[in-house]
Amino acid sequence: MRLKYPSSIKIVRIPCTGKVDILHILRAFEMGADGVYAVGCMEGDCHYDSGNFRARKRVEQARKILDTIGIGGERVQMYNLSAGEGPLFAKYAVEMHEKILKLGPNPLKLAKKKAA
Amino acid sequence: MIVADKKPIEEIIEEIKDYTTILILGCNECVTVCEAGGKKEVGILASALRMYFLNQGKDVTIDERTLERQCDHEYLEEIRDVADQYDAIVSLACGVGVQFTAEEYHTVPVIPGVNTCFLGATEARGLWTERCQACGECILARTGGICPVSRCAKRILNGPCGGSSNGKCEINKELDCAWQLIIDRLDALGKLDDYETISPIKDWSTDRAGGPRKVVREDVQL
Ligand code: SF4
Repeated sequence: MRLKYPSSIKIVRIPCTGKVDILHILRAFEMGADGVYAVGCMEGDCHYDSGNFRARKRVEQARKILDTIGIGGERVQMYNLSAGEGPLFAKYAVEMHEKILKLGPNPLKLAKKKAA
Repeated sequence: MIVADKKPIEEIIEEIKDYTTILILGCNECVTVCEAGGKKEVGILASALRMYFLNQGKDVTIDERTLERQCDHEYLEEIRDVADQYDAIVSLACGVGVQFTAEEYHTVPVIPGVNTCFLGATEARGLWTERCQACGECILARTGGICPVSRCAKRILNGPCGGSSNGKCEINKELDCAWQLIIDRLDALGKLDDYETISPIKDWSTDRAGGPRKVVREDVQL
């Protein structure tokens, strides 16, 4: 298909979104990520039965924590699609990219600069 | 095990906002199993706090450590060299661990990072329920292995009370009546005759009524 999606997006491959932990999401922000999104299989289609549901819950919890600490929970997102939906993958990438552009950079970057 | 629940991050922030070097101290035992204060929860809390303070423009160091147990001297000794480098320790252990850490490190404030709830079991992932109130004189042999002290809202020893209906307790329709469970189990064991035996008045002095308790075992003392 050779579809295009924004080059700002770094893909971290995992065997199943069920592997995603709140800690992975938080550490990504600590290390300067502006946004994080998890792309799992369609709900009900998880090879491991409930991996994508677990991921969704963890994304929700990470959101709450990021809201509490003032980073902004809307920077985290869960998407679901099937492995055959390349165009949708690219569409979600563009959507997330645009959302983050609107939100601006991770506030920690600015804070780090000020502290330096 | 001892079941604990996470404290809201806001509450922890409020307690530690005036400190600049903080240790988040987890425990590998009960609080790890109930996913409130193990290594992972230490990591999540520490990461969130680091980001919070950085975003506030405050230079705060947050370190992470998880001990095998916080209710034993030998494991608490492992932080002997570093403990006084911190302005405060946030302990994610149960109330026992928090207090024992505080006793061991007398001049460092120790702040609880979880709410200690009860002695219970993992019924399902994410569901813990109470089973024991550590009354100090176990009567489970007479009650079909089901504890009326912890599971009956009124702690009745010769139940059920008049509020038991369709197997549920009057305080909450979702809650099984402990005495219904006891009778059902005695029936299954073929021991319903035991139900006819009136329980004597319980000696509550071994419970909290007798003040803080201790177990002294000279046979295992050194
Ligand atoms: S209904 Fe059952 S569990 Fe509830 S208070 Fe009465 S005896 Fe105890």
